[in-house]
Amino acid sequence: MTTATTPRQPRYLLDNERVLAPLFMTPAVLYIIALVGFPFVLSIVLSLTDATVGNPTYDFVGLETFRRILFDDPVFRTALWNTFVFAVIANVLVVVLAKALAMVLVSDFRGKWFVRFLVLLPWTAPVSLATITWLWTLDSIFSPIDWVLRSVGLLDGNIIWLGKQNLAMSSVIAVHTWRIVPLAAVIMMAGLTSIPQEIRDASEVDGAGFWRKLFQITIPLMAPIIAVAALFGLILTITDMSVVFVLTRGGPTHGTQVLSTWAFFKGIEGGSLGQGAAIALFLFPVLVAVAALILRMARRREVL
Amino acid sequence: MAQAVRTIEMERRSAKRRRVTGRFALYAIAASAGFLAAFPFLWAIITMFKEDQDLYVKANNPFWFNKAPTLEHVRFLLFDTNFLTFVRNTVIVGFAVVLVTLAISLPAAYALARLGMKWGERMGIGIFLVYLIPPTLLFIPLSRVVADLRLQESLWSLIIVYPTITIPISMWLLMGFFKSIPRDIEEQAMVDGYSRIGAVTRTVVPLVFPGIVAVVVFAFTLSAHEFIYALTFNKASAVKTIATGVPTELVRGDVFFWQSLQAAAVLVAVPIALAFNFFLDKFITGFTMGAVKG
Repeated sequence: MTTATTPRQPRYLLDNERVLAPLFMTPAVLYIIALVGFPFVLSIVLSLTDATVGNPTYDFVGLETFRRILFDDPVFRTALWNTFVFAVIANVLVVVLAKALAMVLVSDFRGKWFVRFLVLLPWTAPVSLATITWLWTLDSIFSPIDWVLRSVGLLDGNIIWLGKQNLAMSSVIAVHTWRIVPLAAVIMMAGLTSIPQEIRDASEVDGAGFWRKLFQITIPLMAPIIAVAALFGLILTITDMSVVFVLTRGGPTHGTQVLSTWAFFKGIEGGSLGQGAAIALFLFPVLVAVAALILRMARRREVL
Repeated sequence: MAQAVRTIEMERRSAKRRRVTGRFALYAIAASAGFLAAFPFLWAIITMFKEDQDLYVKANNPFWFNKAPTLEHVRFLLFDTNFLTFVRNTVIVGFAVVLVTLAISLPAAYALARLGMKWGERMGIGIFLVYLIPPTLLFIPLSRVVADLRLQESLWSLIIVYPTITIPISMWLLMGFFKSIPRDIEEQAMVDGYSRIGAVTRTVVPLVFPGIVAVVVFAFTLSAHEFIYALTFNKASAVKTIATGVPTELVRGDVFFWQSLQAAAVLVAVPIALAFNFFLDKFITGFTMGAVKG
């Protein structure tokens, strides 16, 4: 007869939150430590050694590897610069296009389901396969874009999209933008639907036009989530290697090399583990900065 | 009075005109966005059915069949290349990764959302930060780890490593779903005599089922997308996935099997995109709920 009065008393050991919480968390934490934490430390260790695949003896050379890639490796500097250029230009484009796209996709219209499916293709298809469709679209001889330009008389011969420095850079940026816009639009749709209907109705009643509503209501209210979308986009562009790898392999003559591809060519194909690890590590400070920004934005969003 | 009526009438008409222009702009933007996004795939769909003598003639209209379409290149892809092996590998790895991801992230997400740990919040942020240590930073040290464990050239390397990508994002999603369910439900079940785990599996898990399905789709597609690890660990065609096998094996020297390549891209991209599209709304809710404090 007394049990009914104390329903909160744990009857089983596993009902105790102090026991259950650590038990539930441990596998995740162990997994992350073993396969993210440990390799991360190992990559710092590797970057301070002259280890190669053939000779993984981890001889300590201090910052020699960093000195060498910074001062004796012109390709590294190109890669660093390209990573920066790709990420910044692609994401400015992403924010503008995704904002427009999100506004279209939240409204109701006929055939919306189909448009949404088409629009999401670039992001939902595996990157390397999506890039292959571009590789063929930008083919040096049979590019359909060239064909259209030729048939309207704007072009004689071929553009050779991937064979010239600036065009290859633009192509890589375009493919990155094309791929990330859907994701950014999805994130922004979540933000758009969170704007209270009263605010929208009120602005409607006040007779605010489209552009006025856009710049004075939607964009300010959505600023934090726009930032989140942009930062996700930045991470995706900075860390992705498949677009460059499939499209140009870093060419022409390292013109589109980025940190991730260069780390792969040096560290895995070239076998210089130490150098590869050091090159990849240059991404880390950038990512930490991006992370700090994301968290600040996320906090601001909760305040809203 | 008549003046006022006329002004109102004009106002109404201009508002209507604005709406019509608005609708028109909406359809125009929607159509061009759809076209731009899908363009390379449309071009791929046309390409995959073209005869060589049609495709490789510069003057031919690339968007039309100048010779009768053929299934020869799709047949070549399916039966004369390792494509089906890549598909099988991708599916095996995908399912295994889904299982590992759920087994690890479900309890962890529950603990973070419910079990009122002091460090719960910080832990959540910490796990989110793991997402920022991407494959690009880890593939070189992990290639050593995988080699030392003798797992290179096997699907196990991918099955073990991919959850590092899927667990953080799945925990984040599931945490949001758990938070959206009122505590009273499981507390009531516990009052009714179930243990905590019994209460959770009977009441909460069915309610977060949409979230679990979202995680399954998400984890599967993420592992089908992954490129760097697959490229680094597995170089033999028998253990390649679609993402690495198609771009590296359907090119022999300088000869690209363009039609078969495009067929592979279309055959894989379209089903995955369909699945994703189906669950998009779940992702959007999950994404927003993850950010909401419980």
